[in-house]
Amino acid sequence: MADETPKLEQIAAAERLGGDRYFAIAIVVLSAGLLALIGEQTQWKNGSALLKQPAFWPGISLIGMTVCALLYLAQSLRSERYVSWDRRELVVWLRCLEFPIWFMAYVFIVPVVGYLPTSVVFSPLLARRMGYSSSRVLLSAALMGAFIVILFKGFLQVRVPGGALYEYLPDTLRNFMILYL
Amino acid sequence: MDIVLDGFAILARWDVVAALLIGSVGGVIIGAIPGVGAAVAIAILLPATFSFDPIVGLTILLGIYGSSMYGGAIPAVLINTPGTAVNALTTYDGYPLTQRGEGRRALSLAYSASFFGGIFSVLCLIILSPLLASIAPHFGSREIFLAALLGLVLAVIVHRGQSVIAAFLVFFGIFINTIGLHTATLTRRFTFDLNFLASGINLIVVVLGLFALSQAFVLLVGRDESPETKPVSGGLFQGLGEVFKYPGTATASSGFGVVMGMIPGVGEFMAQFLSYTFAQRRSKTPDEFGKGAPEGLIASEASNNAVPGAAMIPLLALGVPGEALTAMMLTVFYVHNVVPGPQLFQNQLDFVMALYLALLILNVMVLVFLLFSTNMLLQVIRIPTRFLGVMILTLAFVGVYSLRNSAWDCVIAAVFGFIGFVLKRLRLPIVPIILGMVLGQIMEVKLRASMARVKTPLDFIDRPIAFILFCAIVIIIVMHVRTLIKNRKAERTEHA
Repeated sequence: MADETPKLEQIAAAERLGGDRYFAIAIVVLSAGLLALIGEQTQWKNGSALLKQPAFWPGISLIGMTVCALLYLAQSLRSERYVSWDRRELVVWLRCLEFPIWFMAYVFIVPVVGYLPTSVVFSPLLARRMGYSSSRVLLSAALMGAFIVILFKGFLQVRVPGGALYEYLPDTLRNFMILYL
Repeated sequence: MDIVLDGFAILARWDVVAALLIGSVGGVIIGAIPGVGAAVAIAILLPATFSFDPIVGLTILLGIYGSSMYGGAIPAVLINTPGTAVNALTTYDGYPLTQRGEGRRALSLAYSASFFGGIFSVLCLIILSPLLASIAPHFGSREIFLAALLGLVLAVIVHRGQSVIAAFLVFFGIFINTIGLHTATLTRRFTFDLNFLASGINLIVVVLGLFALSQAFVLLVGRDESPETKPVSGGLFQGLGEVFKYPGTATASSGFGVVMGMIPGVGEFMAQFLSYTFAQRRSKTPDEFGKGAPEGLIASEASNNAVPGAAMIPLLALGVPGEALTAMMLTVFYVHNVVPGPQLFQNQLDFVMALYLALLILNVMVLVFLLFSTNMLLQVIRIPTRFLGVMILTLAFVGVYSLRNSAWDCVIAAVFGFIGFVLKRLRLPIVPIILGMVLGQIMEVKLRASMARVKTPLDFIDRPIAFILFCAIVIIIVMHVRTLIKNRKAERTEHA
């Protein structure tokens, strides 16, 4: 059971952290899968020396990965562990997947709405999602979003394109927004 | 002497001075916040520095790198939480001193030991520079290949108890670097017919994913924490001289930092471990270590602050970065078409000297800043961790997206962010992936370049430096395997 509380001797005996076995299996599958594709994904040039072949370095790295992954899996299978920690950790990993989605949403909204408006809304929204509800914290998050935009795009001139919505602004404001915000 | 003056001339610009100030103060603040660290800050700032002159961009990054450990000592000493990972050993003796009501003494000891280590390493480098300039040209393709290989071997071996997974991650890094167009044969490797993979996977995207995004995910998924801190009363000047009561410990620890910093793939952790053990062995009160021994605190802080300067040596002299932060700095050189390596050390020693002098100045700036601002920094430590996660996620976007305005880069960064998250949850190392990527690329290029002059395998090591490097690699591997076998035997005996 995932919620079962481990006994002290079980914690003391555990040599690996929860999730380690899933990780070991995943890296074996990844390495062996990629190694199986080497003939398809790289070319063999006739007449070229082995060390100059395009497949040489991918081959070396994938063989190394596969061997190490198998060794790691063997170590993992041999080690003392508390099984329910594995399942609990897997749930944590799955919970984490929410945040790459937040990040990608931010990435796709910026070119449409613009960097400043998106950041000013995104930061307090994520802060709210994280459990902060006081207006002080949410305002701090919005100000932080604005500060990041002004610092990086306004002053440091990093390349973040203006939002498509900026096109509907009056000429002077539009140019300013595209260049600095 | 002329070369030192030339170095100062390069630094005598308002933008370089501003960069020094921003880098050093920013680094201290970032280092003081548990859960951020120099790697995250450098990864985020990296693309922004591409528009600056190399000296300005590098000075900011060096400032953050060199000063973050000073800041990291504050929470380590006062709340038993290291600001950066390399301040972990500082908690052993720093926090017990605070518990005894000697927090102010512990902080000033940490600052002065850090300052001692930082200055010691820069002075060593300035003195060593002419020697390095004369040795560097003897490093051809073969020697650089072997130095990179040595770095990878060490990157695996220093992860005691985790060598297998460290080796896997090194190979994984090498593999990631091979994805894309193979320039020598113009063939595609592991692109799966996807056009965005043809140009390969950008190192900075991986760095941002593994360091910045993963840290944001860790903080967002974890429990919200806001450490309680008590202000330090009284000035911090009184304890500054105390480090000189232990000149042997301070010098030896800084020496370990310099030597370990110079060896690719080793870095702060090994330097700290060796200097702490050494200090304990030669101490008259070894039992006090871990209970508030000033020597323990000095050993930890002096050694880790001596590393950044020394870590610049393999980067500048050979173009071989020894750890993740110098690997990130390497990209700044590449963006500006400045190729670090023997030629740089030989032809642009003034530029190299300017970087060392920048490190020297920033150590002074940081010490002065800390003496007056420690209580102000305690406010920063209290930022709740989930709020920090929101900040890092928002900042990571600038880093990734501003590189090429590519949504695919962001997808790749998010994937590596998740990989980094899993590795951090499992307490597995991340740095070997970055070293595998950077050193793997160097090895591929240098091996191809050296093959033209190599007819038999023995030709590869027929020059003195190549032979020494080869022997070092063999000896290190043999010793490591021997230790593993010994440990295994000891384990079996214990179980029996």
